[in-house]
Amino acid sequence: MQVLQYLINGVSIGSVYAIIALGYTMVYGIAKMLNFAHGDVIMVGAYISFCVTNYMGLPAIVSILAAMVVCTVLGILIEKLAYKPLRGTSSLAVLITAIGVSYFLQNAAQLIWGTAPKSFTSIVTFKPFSFADGALVITGEVIITIAVSILVMVGLTLFTGKTRMGKAMRAVSEDRDAAQLMGINVNQTISMTFAIGSALAAIAGVLLCSTVPTLQPTTGSMPGIRAFTAAVIGGIGSIPGAMLGGILLGIIETFSKKYISTEFSDAIVFAVLILILLVKPTGLLGKQVQEKV
Amino acid sequence: MKKFFALMMAAMMVVAMFAGCGNAEADAGTIKIGMTGPLTGGAAVYGTAVEAGMKIAVEEINAAAGEDGLKIEFKSQDDEHDAEKALNAYNTLKDWGMQFFAGAVTTAPCLSIAPSAVEDQIFMMTPSGSSEKIANSGSNIFQMCFTDPNQGANAAVLVSEKNLGTNIGIIYDSSDDYSKGLMQGFKDKAAELGLNIVCETSFTNANSSDLSTQVTQCKDEGCDFVFLPFYATEAAQVLTYANKIGYEPTFFGCDGMDGVLTSDGFNTDLAEGLILMTPFNPDAPETQDFVAKYQAMMNDVVPNQFAADGYDVIYAIYDACVATGIDGATPAADACAKLEEYFATYSFDGLTGTGMTWDASGMISKIPAAVIIENGKYVAF
Repeated sequence: MQVLQYLINGVSIGSVYAIIALGYTMVYGIAKMLNFAHGDVIMVGAYISFCVTNYMGLPAIVSILAAMVVCTVLGILIEKLAYKPLRGTSSLAVLITAIGVSYFLQNAAQLIWGTAPKSFTSIVTFKPFSFADGALVITGEVIITIAVSILVMVGLTLFTGKTRMGKAMRAVSEDRDAAQLMGINVNQTISMTFAIGSALAAIAGVLLCSTVPTLQPTTGSMPGIRAFTAAVIGGIGSIPGAMLGGILLGIIETFSKKYISTEFSDAIVFAVLILILLVKPTGLLGKQVQEKV
Repeated sequence: MKKFFALMMAAMMVVAMFAGCGNAEADAGTIKIGMTGPLTGGAAVYGTAVEAGMKIAVEEINAAAGEDGLKIEFKSQDDEHDAEKALNAYNTLKDWGMQFFAGAVTTAPCLSIAPSAVEDQIFMMTPSGSSEKIANSGSNIFQMCFTDPNQGANAAVLVSEKNLGTNIGIIYDSSDDYSKGLMQGFKDKAAELGLNIVCETSFTNANSSDLSTQVTQCKDEGCDFVFLPFYATEAAQVLTYANKIGYEPTFFGCDGMDGVLTSDGFNTDLAEGLILMTPFNPDAPETQDFVAKYQAMMNDVVPNQFAADGYDVIYAIYDACVATGIDGATPAADACAKLEEYFATYSFDGLTGTGMTWDASGMISKIPAAVIIENGKYVAF
C-alpha cells in the first residue's frame, strides 16, 4: 500500500512534467529550437489564472481560458519579436535568446506581481479518494492532471496526423525549404506552433500550481528544466515520448526521494538521463534521423 | 583634450575634499545609526520590514527628545542580500560617519560585514541575522534575535513541557543554514529530553517545489507532531498537501514561518492549530501602537517579527547611549567599548520580549514565546 501511495505521488508530479514536456517537444519537433522560455510562460499562465480567480472573483474555468488566451498571445509575440528575426542564423544564437526571454519574463513578473510568493488555490474542488482507511489517497489533482495530459497527447497526435495545419507542421519539421516550395507558409506554421505550445503552457501552469500551490516568479524554471529532461528521455520531438518521459521522471524522482535520499533526487534523475542517452541517444521513443549530407 | 580631463579630475578631487570635510563634522546632539538590508530583490520583504520598524523607532525617539534631548540620524543602504554589496553598503555608511551599525538583516551579509565591524570597532547589532557565527565573530557584535540552535533547543523544550507529541517528525531544508541550525539544535535538545524522533527527512532549495514525498513519509511513520524549521513558502506547501491527504498532526514552525497567514491567496483555514515560535505577536494588546504606526507607513501590511526586531534594536542602542552618556561627538570606537561593557549587565524591555540580556559573545537571552493560530489570528501559546 505504501509503495502504491508513492507511485501515485510520482505519477501526479510526473503527469505535470508530461504536460509541460508536451509543449517543449511540440516546439522542438516543428521549429527545431529549444524554447527555454517555456517554463516561464507556464509561470505567466499561473499568475493570470491566480489574478482572475483571486482578484476578480471569477470561476476557475474562466481563469483557465483567460490564461490560455494571454499565453497564446504572449507565445506569438515572443516568437515574432525574439525568435523570428534570428531564423536562419545559428541555433546557438536562438538558444541564448530563449534564455534571455526566460530571464526577461521572470523579472517582468517580479515587477508586476512582486517577489512574495502567492498561494494558488487548486482548481480541483472535489474531495480526494481515500482507500484502506486513508492509507492510500488519490487527490483530485492527480486524476485531472493525468486525464488532461492524456487528452492533450491524443489531441496533439490527431492534430499533427490528420489536419491540414498539422500536416503542414510536419512538412515544415521535415524540410523547411521544400515545404515552402510546396506552398506552405512557414512563418505562419511556426507561429501556430508557438500559439499551441503556449496555450498548453497555460494549462500546465494551472495544473502545476494546483498540485504544488506556491506561485512565485521562479515557479516555472525548475519544473521547466525537469520537463525538458523528460522530453529528452522520451525522445525530443516525439509526442508520446514526452508523456512517457514525464511520468517516468516523476516516478524516478519520488522513489529516489523515498528509498535513496531526499537530497540527491535531482542527481539521480539526471544520472538516469545520462544513462538513457548513452544507451539510446535519441531517447526512448525518439526516431533515428539520418543527417543529410 | 588631455588638459580638459586633468582639470576635471582636479576639480572633482577638490569637491571630494570638501565633501569629506562635511562628513567629519559631528553634531553632539545627534547619534548616527546606519543599517543595511535587502531593500530590493528576493529577500526584500525582510529588509523593508526591518527598515520600516527602525524608522518608526527613530521618529518616536526624535519626537520625544524635544529641544535638548539626544536625537538619532538614521541612514539605510540596500545590500540586496549579497555579501559583497553589503560590504560596500557598510563602507558607504562608515564614510557618512556612522557610529553604530544596526544591521545587517540576513545572515550572509552579516557574516561579510562582521570582520570589518570588529576591525573598525563599530558597535554592531543585527536585528535578525540568526547564525551563531555572527555573534562569535567578535565581542562587539550583538544579536537581537535567537541564534538558530538556541531557537531549535527552545522549541524542543516547549514540546517536552507541553507534551505536544510522542512520535516526532522533522522536515528541514538541508541547503539552508538557518533550517539546518534549527534542526540540529532541536535534535540535540530532544535527545537530551528523551523525545522520540521517528522520522527525519529533508529537501533542498532545488527540489523544494514538491514536498509530497516528505509529508507522506511523516504520515507513514505515524508522526503526531511535525517540526518544520523553514520559511512560510514551503510551509504553505506542506500544510496544503497534508490537508489534501487528510493528515492532521500538530505542525510546529519557527520565526521564519511568520507571515504564513498574510501570504497572498493562502487559505488560512489550513494553518488552524499551527504553532510557531515568534517573539512578536501583532495581535497582542501591548503591540497595537506599533502595529498601527507600521500599517500607516506600509499600506496596511501587518508587521512581522523582523519589523519588531528592527524597532527594538534602535531602542536598545539609544537607551544604552543615554545611560552611558554617549552622544554624537563620541568617536565610534569609544562608544563601542562603552556599549560593550554596558551590554554585559544590560536588561532591555522591547516589543519582542521583556528582561532581555546578552551574554559575553553577544547572543541574546529572552523568554522564548510561541503562538498558536486560532481563527486566523495569533494567540499566545
